[in-house]
Amino acid sequence: MSIPLTSKQVVDRYFLEHRAKALDIAAFLDRFDRAAEAEGVATSSTTSDVRVRALVAAVDLLRDGRPQRACRMLELWSDRSVDPIAAAHTKGAIGAVPLNEPGN
Amino acid sequence: MYIDPHVHMVSRTTDDYQRMALAGCVAITEPAFWAGYDRSCAQGFVDYFGQLTDTEPKRAAQFGIQHHTWLCINPKESEDIGLAREVLAEIPKFLSRPNVLGIGEIGLNKNSRNELVVLEEHIALAKSRGLLILVHTPHLEDKMKGTRIIMDAIQAHGVDPGKVLIDHVEEHTVRMVLDRGFWAGMTLYPDTKCTPQRATDIFEMHGTDRLWINSAADWGVSDPLAVPKCREEMRKRGHLEQIIRKVSFDNPKTFLSQSANFRI
Repeated sequence: MSIPLTSKQVVDRYFLEHRAKALDIAAFLDRFDRAAEAEGVATSSTTSDVRVRALVAAVDLLRDGRPQRACRMLELWSDRSVDPIAAAHTKGAIGAVPLNEPGN
Repeated sequence: MYIDPHVHMVSRTTDDYQRMALAGCVAITEPAFWAGYDRSCAQGFVDYFGQLTDTEPKRAAQFGIQHHTWLCINPKESEDIGLAREVLAEIPKFLSRPNVLGIGEIGLNKNSRNELVVLEEHIALAKSRGLLILVHTPHLEDKMKGTRIIMDAIQAHGVDPGKVLIDHVEEHTVRMVLDRGFWAGMTLYPDTKCTPQRATDIFEMHGTDRLWINSAADWGVSDPLAVPKCREEMRKRGHLEQIIRKVSFDNPKTFLSQSANFRI
């Protein structure tokens, strides 16, 4: 089952929606940096917060020109270890994992 | 006309049943899930199973919607193995109720050892009774790892993957689920899981065999009309009506009809 739209139709139909989403990411990083500067802590380029680091890394992935970006972004944010953990100490998930750690 | 094969109506108002019926919903299936808090004893689950097998079918019937359900203790409350086993002992008492399709939504949450033990005991129960299984895969960063562990556990028990629906797949898990012979569900959520646009992309990339869509609407940010909205997204792109019907009606009907209790 292939996509029935032309590439121009994809842009015509979805550009404004995704322009807004790209702006939201920019505004989120600006907001984070303004708060960090006011606190005197690390901004988005040096923060240790795994969620912000994961988002910035994902932005880099968008620009590499390779296919399957959505799949690769989800993999980037996934726990790549294989064994069950000893116990669940929380119920929630945060949406990202530390980058460049063993198993990830 | 459509089926929403995963929706938590105990968390929704009667107005939602009315709106779903107006949008063309003719049947739903409601898996047992986490209430947003941990229940203190097995009797809390017994009361919940009564709600799923008695109260909700009556509420749905007012709007011409066939209500079906799946029973289990969900993975978020499976860390306490003692409680989980008490609940597991209660489930057989409800399996003869006329709207019960099988065991679900079982699976993993944080991919812990206790969650896996409880998952395997549910799988054994389903296999011993020849029941269908509906699987919850973990959230966000835990999904890819958990999906693999769950599929390994099910296949280690010798369960036919054609009788198992692995739910909440996304771009990074859909292929592995389909390649191993399971059915797969895409959940349409505003912020997590799939949007109608991404679900349609996944159909275009991975085909429409053994794949369906659901709202999984519950007490969180979710939309009981997500399935018709995805149908509309597919229609706007120019997909054929027979394809739209396949993913939102025919596929759920084919899988669910493996249970004699499924009615449409």
